[in-house]
Amino acid sequence: MAEATIRSAAASRPGPLLRDLLGLGLIALGGLAGYLLFPDNLAFLTRLISVALLVLSLDLIVGYCGIASLGQAALYGAGAYTAGIACLNGVTEPFLLVLIGAAAGAMTGLLMGAVMLRAHGLPQLVLSIALVQLLHEAANKASWLTGGSDGLSGMVPAPLFGVFEFDLWGRSAYLFGLGLLLVVFAVLRLVVRSPFGMLCRGLKEDPLRISALGIYAFPVLLKMFVISGAVAGTGGALAAIATQVVGLDSVSFELSANALVMLVLGGIGHLYGALVGTVIFMALEHVVAAANPFHWMTLVGAVLIAIVLFAPRGLSGSLDQLAGLLTRQGGRAGR
Amino acid sequence: MTPVFEVSRLSKEFGGLKVSRDISLAMAEGERLALIGPNGAGKTTFVNLVTGRIRPNSGHVRLDGEDITALGPEQRVRRGLVRTFQVTRLFPDMTPEEHVIMTVLQRHGKAARILARFHGDSEAADEAADVLATLGLTEVARRKVGAIAYGQQRLLEIAIALAQRPKVLLLDEPAAGVPSADTPRIEEALARLPASLAVLMIEHDMDLVFRFARRVVVLAAGELIFEGPPADVARDPQVREAYLGSYAHAGSHA
Repeated sequence: MAEATIRSAAASRPGPLLRDLLGLGLIALGGLAGYLLFPDNLAFLTRLISVALLVLSLDLIVGYCGIASLGQAALYGAGAYTAGIACLNGVTEPFLLVLIGAAAGAMTGLLMGAVMLRAHGLPQLVLSIALVQLLHEAANKASWLTGGSDGLSGMVPAPLFGVFEFDLWGRSAYLFGLGLLLVVFAVLRLVVRSPFGMLCRGLKEDPLRISALGIYAFPVLLKMFVISGAVAGTGGALAAIATQVVGLDSVSFELSANALVMLVLGGIGHLYGALVGTVIFMALEHVVAAANPFHWMTLVGAVLIAIVLFAPRGLSGSLDQLAGLLTRQGGRAGR
Repeated sequence: MTPVFEVSRLSKEFGGLKVSRDISLAMAEGERLALIGPNGAGKTTFVNLVTGRIRPNSGHVRLDGEDITALGPEQRVRRGLVRTFQVTRLFPDMTPEEHVIMTVLQRHGKAARILARFHGDSEAADEAADVLATLGLTEVARRKVGAIAYGQQRLLEIAIALAQRPKVLLLDEPAAGVPSADTPRIEEALARLPASLAVLMIEHDMDLVFRFARRVVVLAAGELIFEGPPADVARDPQVREAYLGSYAHAGSHA
């Protein structure tokens, strides 16, 4: 640690990997702390993890590709419904259900990307809204498959590893979710530091420069939509397994918008912000909504305004700045 | 010998306004050609036509004998027609090394790999280090581009272009915005460009043009009005009129 601060001009680069391991350790610790400190709120915490996966998936699109979306829940909902339907039809193995949800999310991501990438800027944003509304309506109308406005219920996933039941306390579900989150997060850190991840960052900042390197933007961005869909679908499948219900809210505009708010709250473009934002938003919602169910959004709104005004890079961005000030690193390489 | 790069009778109009008229020029391998012209002469349009950003109304662009008029910008780049930008287009949060590695990876067809570490490709890293060394950028290779001098950013633009291994290089005002104390380093870099590379420089700075190019073409009002050695440019009455006219309107420096 100490020698890293002594200028790292031409040294080797153990930095990013070490930081990612540290980050994963912190997430695991935080997750276990939640398990031990709030044993009565595990259902809520599991839902938090599934939404965190949704917000992470949104960060891939918004933070790494510079594409604003207000329809991300389409991918989450696709995962939730597909896993739910599979479970009701006899596929009960939880890992398999997650894979099914991820695949459904990825497929939906492919379609969504193919449509959204035809446009830029505001029309693109409008397309994202239209797509999630369309899917919402489809889920509502196809009640023979999705349960319509009642949603799906009665899924009974098989015990985890054949041993740990998904019981009323939600311990298995929570630890399952935490494990999923850690694996997804680790994979995504690798993805964003791959050549592909760097390319996406480049496309976000200056598509013309990337084009001048002879690189087509469309397939790269579409690939990110597929990855994002898989992550969101994983979150949806987790929600389906843990809560054993899937409702229309999982494929709603409102959830999409909330996910964007959480992401901006935490800070875009480095994945950690997605987690920070989700935890703060949902904890706030949980606590304030219990105290005053009618005005909790007012408080969230006030907090958001304060953050946009005083910490435009999001909460984690400000923490980053603070850490930078404290350690005074010389030349920091890519995140 | 067929020219490595050829533009024939290229024309473009926007809503009836002819911004490029019948432009023709050819370049041999290793040639150093400069394209100059007063403001509003249509230089930017010409660059956009050649790089494929806009389509001409008529005329052809050929690279190495192949007609590339119908190809998009990315395909032209992949075939070896590479450009630099008048205003640097770099990523302030990335390092020069990362810029060049990305370029090399693209040439190797590995730029969009997911199951690899960006910094883990030692072949690309070595090549990037070589290119950066050629341009004297080793010292700043791992600083963020936003934190290095503008002259060094200009050199990085050239480094990126070279890492693409072009056949034809379009330098769009390579010294624009560089403090005069740093221009010798840019000139030095330009003088050391690979001998076989055909270089078309679009430039305002006549001193730079005189030292760099063996041949000059002058663009005025969308037309080529002069072609010949640099020494003859200033004597040509048509060129003088085009420049003086524009300077009289702009009222700027001589």
